[in-house]
Amino acid sequence: MAVWSAIIATAVGCYLVKLLGLSVPAGALERPAVRRLAPLIPVALLAALTVLQTVDDGTGGLTVDARAAGVAAAGGALLLRAPFLLVVAVAVAVTAGVRAVGG
Amino acid sequence: MIEYPVDSGQDRALPADPGKQVTRDASGVGIAVGLSGFAFGVMAVSSGLSVPQACALSLFVFTGASQFALVSALASGSAPATAAAGALVLGLRNCLYGLRLSTLLRLPRWLHPLAAHWVIDETTVVALAQRNRASARRGFAVTGVTLYLFWNLTTLGGALGAGALGDPAAWGLDAAGPAVFLALLAPMLRGTVERTAAAGAVLLALAGLPLLPAGLPVLVAGLAAPLALLVAGRRDGDGAGTVPGPEAV
Repeated sequence: MAVWSAIIATAVGCYLVKLLGLSVPAGALERPAVRRLAPLIPVALLAALTVLQTVDDGTGGLTVDARAAGVAAAGGALLLRAPFLLVVAVAVAVTAGVRAVGG
Repeated sequence: MIEYPVDSGQDRALPADPGKQVTRDASGVGIAVGLSGFAFGVMAVSSGLSVPQACALSLFVFTGASQFALVSALASGSAPATAAAGALVLGLRNCLYGLRLSTLLRLPRWLHPLAAHWVIDETTVVALAQRNRASARRGFAVTGVTLYLFWNLTTLGGALGAGALGDPAAWGLDAAGPAVFLALLAPMLRGTVERTAAAGAVLLALAGLPLLPAGLPVLVAGLAAPLALLVAGRRDGDGAGTVPGPEAV
């Protein structure tokens, strides 16, 4: 029951947050400062999510493990202009490979 | 809306059948990212959730980072309220995406409750990458439909198959999430301001990780966006109108 209550709270909260952003009057974005800032926010959040999901050990600590090798390989694939699915596949394969040899 | 051609609402000179191209690119992102729902399904069930619980999260929360955060918090023994709060904080960025999309897509008001469910990283990135409103709407819708479909199907598959698979980390599936985010980020890093914002966000996130509760380091890292604008403004003297829109393809 506790798990279901957390799931329902998350679902309702996450939906309302999305709806709020979409429904705020358009005028809120017409100011130049907001217009310059808005496209930079996803850049900052995606960069943070990338690095956090690579090094977070799940307990608030930093760790460099096979994931880092996988994500670095994905970065290399991106530099070579690999398509999206291949980039993700490279990351998964390299991570699994490094783990398999004991990384 | 001078800086963004996408906001002009007018078609420019386009290659033949741009709609088909948009559909192909958008469904590519939707399918590729949607497949990573498999990793979520496996992780959710191996963390102790039931199959219906894993599927309910993908159907009704439908924002990957929040789903992963909720599951790992519950698995590590967080109280349900704390776990939900962490997931919600991580979902706050979708509010910012919604703000951005509302002026880009200009959807009729009655569509907002439906479209809102699809306001996530991937649909936003695809919509922002288009050069006019029609393409942006198509990109948003196609990414939303394919991603929702695949994310939920693969969540179910992963949840059902978790027992047979064992540890998802052994398959490297925990690297799929960050690789997806990196692939989404890479095309945005065109100018100095974007790179400054990304580098600042990485530093803030790493500094925040040991200090702040789960979910907050990402939001704190968002401060790198205004900071990068300040730095750019100082470098240019006044900074007015000199920052290129990264989506202006």
